[in-house]
Amino acid sequence: MNLLFAAFAFIFDPANLLGERGILPRLVDHLLYTGLGLAVAFVIGIPLGLLIGHTGKGRNFVIAVTSSFRAIPTFGLLLFIILFTGLGLWPLVVVLAILAVPPLLAGAYSGLESVNRDTVDAARAIGMTEWQILFSVEIPLALPLILGGVRSATLQVIATATIAGYVGLTGLGRFLIEGLALHNYTIALAGAILVAALALAADGLLALVQKLVVPRGVSRGLTRSRSIRPKKPTGFRVMAMAPTKEG
Amino acid sequence: MIEFHGVTKEFADGTLAVDDFDLVIPSRKTTVLVGSSGCGKTTLLRMINRMVDPTSGFVDIDGEDIAQLEPVKLRRRIGYVMQNSGLLPHRKVIDNVATVPLLEGVPKREAHARALELLDTVGLDRSLANRYPSQLSGGQQQRVGVARGLAVDPNILLMDEPFGAVDPIVRADLQQELIRLQQELGKTVVFVTHDIDEAFLLGDQVVILEIGAHIAQKGTPAEILANPANDFVANFIGSGRGKRRLTVDASVTSSGDDLVLVDGAGYAAGVVDAPRGVIARPDSGSKSRSISNKTDQAGDA
Amino acid sequence: MQWLWDNLDLVVGLSLEHIQLSALPIVIGFIACIPLGWVAHRFRLTRAIQLTLFGILFTIPSLALFVTLPSVLGTKILNPINVVVALAIYAVAIMVRGAADAFDAVPGDVTRSATAVGFSAVSRFWTVEFPLAGPVLLANLRVVSVTTVSLLSVGALVGNGGLGYLFINGYQRDFPTEVMIGIVFTLVIAIVFDQILVGLGRILMPWSRTMASADRAARRAGGSA
Repeated sequence: MNLLFAAFAFIFDPANLLGERGILPRLVDHLLYTGLGLAVAFVIGIPLGLLIGHTGKGRNFVIAVTSSFRAIPTFGLLLFIILFTGLGLWPLVVVLAILAVPPLLAGAYSGLESVNRDTVDAARAIGMTEWQILFSVEIPLALPLILGGVRSATLQVIATATIAGYVGLTGLGRFLIEGLALHNYTIALAGAILVAALALAADGLLALVQKLVVPRGVSRGLTRSRSIRPKKPTGFRVMAMAPTKEG
Repeated sequence: MIEFHGVTKEFADGTLAVDDFDLVIPSRKTTVLVGSSGCGKTTLLRMINRMVDPTSGFVDIDGEDIAQLEPVKLRRRIGYVMQNSGLLPHRKVIDNVATVPLLEGVPKREAHARALELLDTVGLDRSLANRYPSQLSGGQQQRVGVARGLAVDPNILLMDEPFGAVDPIVRADLQQELIRLQQELGKTVVFVTHDIDEAFLLGDQVVILEIGAHIAQKGTPAEILANPANDFVANFIGSGRGKRRLTVDASVTSSGDDLVLVDGAGYAAGVVDAPRGVIARPDSGSKSRSISNKTDQAGDA
Repeated sequence: MQWLWDNLDLVVGLSLEHIQLSALPIVIGFIACIPLGWVAHRFRLTRAIQLTLFGILFTIPSLALFVTLPSVLGTKILNPINVVVALAIYAVAIMVRGAADAFDAVPGDVTRSATAVGFSAVSRFWTVEFPLAGPVLLANLRVVSVTTVSLLSVGALVGNGGLGYLFINGYQRDFPTEVMIGIVFTLVIAIVFDQILVGLGRILMPWSRTMASADRAARRAGGSA
């Protein structure tokens, strides 16, 4: 418990906030890695998931990607890549993106899949183009699940960006790695608390956004509509949508 | 006028849904396609707005082959009403009704004003305009669906079992409403149902379909009732089972003012709303044929 | 490859350690989720509390949890218990939500009719609800299994990562082969665990395969109509 107090004392000591090895610059770096990894993954995963969800083709691809990527030990993959590329920002970003693609893909795909096919059929029958169906029917209705994927991806990336501290970069994980290397467990614990706090804050924020984007008319309490009946958990849905954890 | 010429549809999995189908659907009349599930009636309906394209043969609207038309443009000038309304759950009633006019670039105020008028037309209170579909009853949702179908003032209105999912009382209401609307508007209505009573009630022309969309018989309800073409039709419309062959029950006629009718199995089916003496003899079957039987609708729900 | 044969003892030893350290949290997660998931399924209030609590624990990055647990449990930082407890927490977090969903998915008329024909609450649970929740429980357990096996390697940074040791050692010696062998063996363990679970599912729930294929057949038929 003394260790815990010491760790909090470290975090709240103004001397540790700024400066080259301070909390703030490392937080900024951590957010930078997270943002870059997510951005790359977003550009790949979301359009692909929307395409598969809209056309209904490639469902097996989604489950293959989500379940096999989950098995890859990210930590090992990052070290392996770095041994070939050398230290740098981009190997980390690539690995973080690899990590974030499956939840984004699964979220976008499952979101579209959860939209009532009758609603889409009717939209087409009254003369909406495929783009209009995608952007004004499917995406708005799928947004909560799409954001669920974003939320899951963000958490994983924040957690995994911790190992940046082990491969010559900084981020909040640097406190952890330094602390472990120097057997200074106060600093290690302080780093752990900071990373956990960042993850919790990001998750809370995204959970809030996720609630806000539920389209009016389909929010809870108006469940008489058949179109948003929650789908039964099937093996596939669980395998694709279960939260993943890599770091 | 909508014409089917030698239309065939084979789905990717090999199902032959429609096999060499020919039909002329007259303008400004209601044509009902009726048959059991899987007979291809919905496929036929969806060929008219190119939701399904025929494998061979072609469909004309007013002499124009629709295969030459852009599907999206074609659909925007044809009204479409489906079971479970197909409303967009995240848009208010008024925006649902105005969907297509807004897509077509009609200014929002104008489109909304027109949508409110349409709510009047289908018998919905304007106060419902700002609700979401999930806040309406099933019957109200169907009315909104009809209003949306009418929003671009189309000549053609396609209705795919629109009253199939509401309870019998609401359904009877909606049917009467549609009859009233059709008298006012005179659209070319193509209506799909599996309920023969609904078909006879609404249809100027009724087309009874067998598997593969083979036409078992077509004609006015009276023609079909008077002369079922074959056993399939007789069975389908119920006359084979005696459900439509009503006779006056002699045993109870003396007790009340009304003549009681019984069906072929001897169950009471209704009363004659006519002065005594018009129906001369208790077994005069030819006159009672035209009294359609409405008692078994609940069983089809 | 030569490196693998030269160091076979090390790799096999680390693999066994990896199997042991990851199997334990998986088993704990499965056993704990049954009562916890059932409670969450039955009571709305505890469900909200349980899911929030485990959701928060799940959110904590693994390395952070590995480092924090010693000061909570009073263990030494290199004690393997820290890693096992952390992974068990994640396993339970996934499984509780999954189990609650699984019990929710058991059709109400089935449990009601089981009650009606005279099952007691306890026997109804073990003979009706639990088996019928089985397929969804299994799907969740497979997720837990593959996640745990993969995640354990991070534990190498606190001295208990099974094959993760090869990552760190290979990285420090600038020797990619060693890292690659670590990755391959981790994947093999994940696949073997998954196949064991699938096999157990087939033996214990012979009906679920026929149900799944009937489901697919029904969807195909519905799709073409």
